[in-house]
Amino acid sequence: MRVVTLPAPDDFDAWRDAARALVADDVPPDLVVWQVGDEATDLFATAPPPAAPRHDPTGPALKVPRAFLDLARNALLASDAERFALLYTLLHRLRREPKLTEDHADPLVRRIEGLAKVVRRDIHKMRAFLRFREVTDDVGARFVAWWEPEHHIVRANAAFFVNRFASMHWSILTPEVSLHWDGAALSEGPGASKADAPDGDPTEEVWKTYYASIFNPARVKVGAMLKEMPRKYWKNMPETALVPQLLATAQARESRMIETARTEIGGNAEAAWAALREEAMGCTRCHLYKPATQTVFGEGPVDATMMFVGEQPGDQEDLAGHPFVGPAGQVFDRALAAAGITRAETYVTNAVKHFKFEPRGRRRIHAKPDAGEIEACRWWIEQEQMLLRPKVTVALGATAARSLFGKVMTIGRERGRALRLPDGGEAWITVHPSYLLRLPDEAAKGAEYARFVEDLKMAHAATSA
Amino acid sequence: MERMAQLDVRQKLEILADAAKYDASCASSGTAKRNSRDGKGIGSTEGMGICHAYAPDGRCISLLKILLTNSCIFDCHYCINRKSSNVRRARFTAEEVVNLTLAFYRRNYIEGLFLSSGIIKSSDYTMEQIVEVARSLREHHHFRGYIHLKTIPDADPELIHQAGLYADRVSINVELPTVSGLKRLAPEKDNGRIEGAMRGMKTAMLDATDAKARYKSAPRFAPAGQSTQMIVGADAATDGDIVSKASTLYDRFSLRRVYYSAFSPIPDASAVLPLQRPPLMREHRLYQSDWLMRFYGYDAKEVVAAADERTGMLPLDIDPKLAWALKFREHFPVDINRAPREMLLRVPGLGTKAVKNILAARRWRRLRLDDVARLTVSVAKLRPFIVAEDWRPVLLTDRAELKPLVAPKREQLELFAA
Repeated sequence: MRVVTLPAPDDFDAWRDAARALVADDVPPDLVVWQVGDEATDLFATAPPPAAPRHDPTGPALKVPRAFLDLARNALLASDAERFALLYTLLHRLRREPKLTEDHADPLVRRIEGLAKVVRRDIHKMRAFLRFREVTDDVGARFVAWWEPEHHIVRANAAFFVNRFASMHWSILTPEVSLHWDGAALSEGPGASKADAPDGDPTEEVWKTYYASIFNPARVKVGAMLKEMPRKYWKNMPETALVPQLLATAQARESRMIETARTEIGGNAEAAWAALREEAMGCTRCHLYKPATQTVFGEGPVDATMMFVGEQPGDQEDLAGHPFVGPAGQVFDRALAAAGITRAETYVTNAVKHFKFEPRGRRRIHAKPDAGEIEACRWWIEQEQMLLRPKVTVALGATAARSLFGKVMTIGRERGRALRLPDGGEAWITVHPSYLLRLPDEAAKGAEYARFVEDLKMAHAATSA
Repeated sequence: MERMAQLDVRQKLEILADAAKYDASCASSGTAKRNSRDGKGIGSTEGMGICHAYAPDGRCISLLKILLTNSCIFDCHYCINRKSSNVRRARFTAEEVVNLTLAFYRRNYIEGLFLSSGIIKSSDYTMEQIVEVARSLREHHHFRGYIHLKTIPDADPELIHQAGLYADRVSINVELPTVSGLKRLAPEKDNGRIEGAMRGMKTAMLDATDAKARYKSAPRFAPAGQSTQMIVGADAATDGDIVSKASTLYDRFSLRRVYYSAFSPIPDASAVLPLQRPPLMREHRLYQSDWLMRFYGYDAKEVVAAADERTGMLPLDIDPKLAWALKFREHFPVDINRAPREMLLRVPGLGTKAVKNILAARRWRRLRLDDVARLTVSVAKLRPFIVAEDWRPVLLTDRAELKPLVAPKREQLELFAA
């Protein structure tokens, strides 16, 4: 049994010298005990006294790959008590398996890489989350920080702070060791406690103002924040004191923004609608734009209280560029009049804004838009909805209902009553006027027409409710 | 103006940081290495950026990201600072920005400054003010930290050039992925001018690199390159449109990064804009597709092929790499022990690091499933797509059978949770 005592928990050079000597003697890893400073462990009560290395550590060096040294330098700083032994085991195996460090699937290599990884993260987080506080002493301004690392990284991290803050006087206090920089040289002191560090800095209030203002309450992602900034770091970061309050008020702030905008329609709704229509003219969100003549956008005053949504433009609408001008549109106009609804109150549009058809000879036969096409075109309906914010939206037929509600709705079951749209608005569902045209039986046609008019009347009544 | 003068620095900061938060970028990486060991100034850069804090929106806070002023003569609908908005206005002096940057930097709150501005008086005047802040930091205070400057496309090229000499990174936002969207939402901006400015920037960077190769003392020009941002969900662009646009920008202007910013409701919004929760998952999927193009060897057409061909939208429930794999089953399973790097990178669940480790490890032995498990986060997701020494997946004939096995559980997708 060999016992090796290293002077400090982060002393890589001492470990390397000892390990080099042991490996030269081919000492098996399980016969070596590693110890730091005057640590007392039961294990050593019965262990033989440390043997002096038989080999001169300055003798011919064992050739190890650079990758091993890089890995070992980091892994050695881990707080895991087994790190020295694990690294020695790897070094010992390297003699017979010189390329072992490239085998990242090897369990030992993997474990040591894991140690190096947590150390690298700890180093990085210290650079990121350490906060200096300014104090004034006899030499002038000094910046002091308190930091509690998880691993033995403080000395290894000193160069970063020297490079960055070379012209400042600063101290970093940690439980194990303290670092002091006087603008020219780095010195070390004993470990400290949090009470030794200053308890505030007026600039922190300005920083907190920044932290609160740069946060966007409309996109809360607590998980993403916690993943990179776990709570264990919060106690030394002044800004984190604001997090609970920022989260508590986020929802309300977001809703208020939306509510204000909803109730105070901007004076530019008319221009906005014209711009939206122009953008829609070049829509290529689905393939239907290719065979169609043009986009048929919605029409009507932007302050309309009723918005009617049909299925898609037909042959005549496609050519004319206006919605509801074909045979179904004429039925619709007649029914609107019968229900006592004026054009000035209504905005008419379609769930799908391009004509979908199958060519049959010289005729273009209407084809039902599929779920993907409805979905692609929903974006426009949503924009029209948001711009107009009608009191009542009426879905004419199943396609319109599907577009507005984002799911299949059964007309028979849903018609005749007010429904709530996903965005909160009120909607009614009835049949599409072309359904009335297709009914073969005159009596049925009459009855269905009357029912259609009745639906329109109810929806209309809701606008003044 | 009278009222503005009465605001103290903290009140200005509140307004001008709030106004800057809709810019997604806060990166401080990829620049030249510097330090201040000469004792003259302050600051260093390491190549790798550092996030000094995270806001509850999950975004990294690396830089002091502020506007010089939020007054603006433009009236872009998506922008909180547009002329017609009723937000409180404020304006920093160059000196105030310099002092704030240094005060924050000394306390290790930030890596540097990201300065942008509303347009006041003229594009040239505004650009001059921005450059003045950077000049003072670099020349007067010998600030060696990171500086990101937003440049104004219409400003005098000479001013833009100066910005590049002081800054690590410069950026110009393309704002909307489609020209029609830009026309509708930012009527005073012009796609041609934006792209022209980006091209100018690319040329200046290439010239500086050439000069550096010949003279060691040649000045650096924006060593961290240029980036841009696109707003997602404010115009009619599909994911396919956005991915194609990003790819074009990367190719034509050698951009370091394209940022995607889900449009989020702003106070005093214009009537033109969607008032809904920002499409955060969509934004996330676009970043993933961006990664596929930059690090995984997918070209834009392949990413677009992962989208639904009828809607042009990427699936929200699974990531685009998995979507591609499920759609192009014929490329799988991939033999972990034999396949070239390009194919390993296509395996859902294998990241660039895992692939690197697999390539290194398999030179020494044939990898078994256990080995692969040690090199990856979750081997369960991987299994249907790979062949290992002791593993061959049962043939799964179609997507319908496979998707439930590999798609993440619904609750893992809830970004709004908590």
